[in-house]
Amino acid sequence: MTELPGDLEYTDEHEWLRREEDGSVTVGITDHAQAALGDLVYVELPEVDQELEVGGEMAVVESVKAASDVYAPVGGTVLEVNDELADDPEKINADPYGDGWIVRIRPEDLDDVKLMSPEEYQALLDELDD
Amino acid sequence: MTTTARKTALYDEHVAAGARMVDFGGWDMPLHYGSQKEEHHAVRRHAGVFDVSHMTIVDVEGARARDFLRRLLANDVARLTVPGKALYSCMLNESGGVIDDLIVYFFTPERYRLVVNAATRDKDLAWIGEQAAAFDVRVTERPELAMLAVQGPEARRLASAILPAACRDDAMALKPFFGIDAGDWFVARTGYTGEDGFEIVMPEGAAAAAWRALLDAGVAPCGLAARDTLRLEAAMNLYGNDMDEETSPLEAGLGWTIAFEPADRDFIGRRAVEAVKADPDRRRFVGLLLEDKGVLRGHQRVVVEGIGDGETTSGGFAPTLERSIALARLPAGDYDRARVDIRGKLLEVRIVSTPFVRNGEVRIDL
Repeated sequence: MTELPGDLEYTDEHEWLRREEDGSVTVGITDHAQAALGDLVYVELPEVDQELEVGGEMAVVESVKAASDVYAPVGGTVLEVNDELADDPEKINADPYGDGWIVRIRPEDLDDVKLMSPEEYQALLDELDD
Repeated sequence: MTTTARKTALYDEHVAAGARMVDFGGWDMPLHYGSQKEEHHAVRRHAGVFDVSHMTIVDVEGARARDFLRRLLANDVARLTVPGKALYSCMLNESGGVIDDLIVYFFTPERYRLVVNAATRDKDLAWIGEQAAAFDVRVTERPELAMLAVQGPEARRLASAILPAACRDDAMALKPFFGIDAGDWFVARTGYTGEDGFEIVMPEGAAAAAWRALLDAGVAPCGLAARDTLRLEAAMNLYGNDMDEETSPLEAGLGWTIAFEPADRDFIGRRAVEAVKADPDRRRFVGLLLEDKGVLRGHQRVVVEGIGDGETTSGGFAPTLERSIALARLPAGDYDRARVDIRGKLLEVRIVSTPFVRNGEVRIDL
């Protein structure tokens, strides 16, 4: 079991979120999610400036075997997408919390969003293992 | 995970090798052991081993075994005259739909072995038993046997060490699509990957030692996920995806497996497939190559401009090609391009001849 980075927050859809100093948030999928998907071969990214609704479809990650939606953990505007994933989607497998980040969002209202601490997310993973 | 899933004799070996286990047709089977892509490449470039013990082995014996199988199967076992020779066939229902696809091995006109799919076991055995009643044959399932598929350019060489001495030399001399038996062991030069290799049947008790010896020799353990991308690149059909009881084999690329001659052989489903054969509007079954980025999957809508819609039956990312490919059932007509609906976007595909890959070589223009 890999350790969860302590500076991130998590969702029950196996996404992570980092609050940046400029008020934006960076979003990716967790190590658990990439391991479950297997080798990624394609990532469909949103457009910069696209408006996202919380819980709405934000990206699609496709592994050799399956396609999986990535949902926006917060509503807001897409500031930046990780273009390098277009040619190298396996960055998500290799470094899900670093080079494998997916989008940076300017959130509209972060206070109302339900996010989990590393401990809470770990408890969810433990439950899935049982 | 359900607790009712059956386990093969190699279950503990899979877990020890780090497998991610999934339910497949009522069996707890390895999906992959870390990276399905690496497993895929191992089979194309070197050698990999699959536990296929979940597949159903059925022995058919008796004075009229040959007559029975000539009635049961759409391909004609009368074509088998040399002992050990294998034949791929569909087993059809009266309406010409596919109950299952299988391999039949010929030993003598009184003794054959069938290998059918795991997910269709119950209905296959019921159907075979029902049809067998009119013939004097014994139909015996062999659940006490394990089966390994060792596949890849180095597979036969690396597998030779695990074979019983009594049949090793003869096994190494087998031509493609032939098998040989020695007691409860059976070795065939067949597979489901588009590569050379063996499928090896053995008593369950011998499976773990054979598995470990193969891994020690550098053969990669491979799961169902790699098995699927390998067979897709080889354009080998998967029952339940590419054809089923509602599908004619003539609309699933399996016309070559139906023996219409001799005309007086009354196999089950004959009249129905003859009607499809005469139908000028029968659908095409083709290979597709995605020209855009993205991933084709099974059961996506295919749009043929000015002609109509069809459907992908299997699709995925092909690791050898590093492109996305599919098998598809499309409307009749003369055309070589189409578009596939992927999440509402129509992406360009080219119709290509199959197989996509064979014996490690890319067989299409990319």
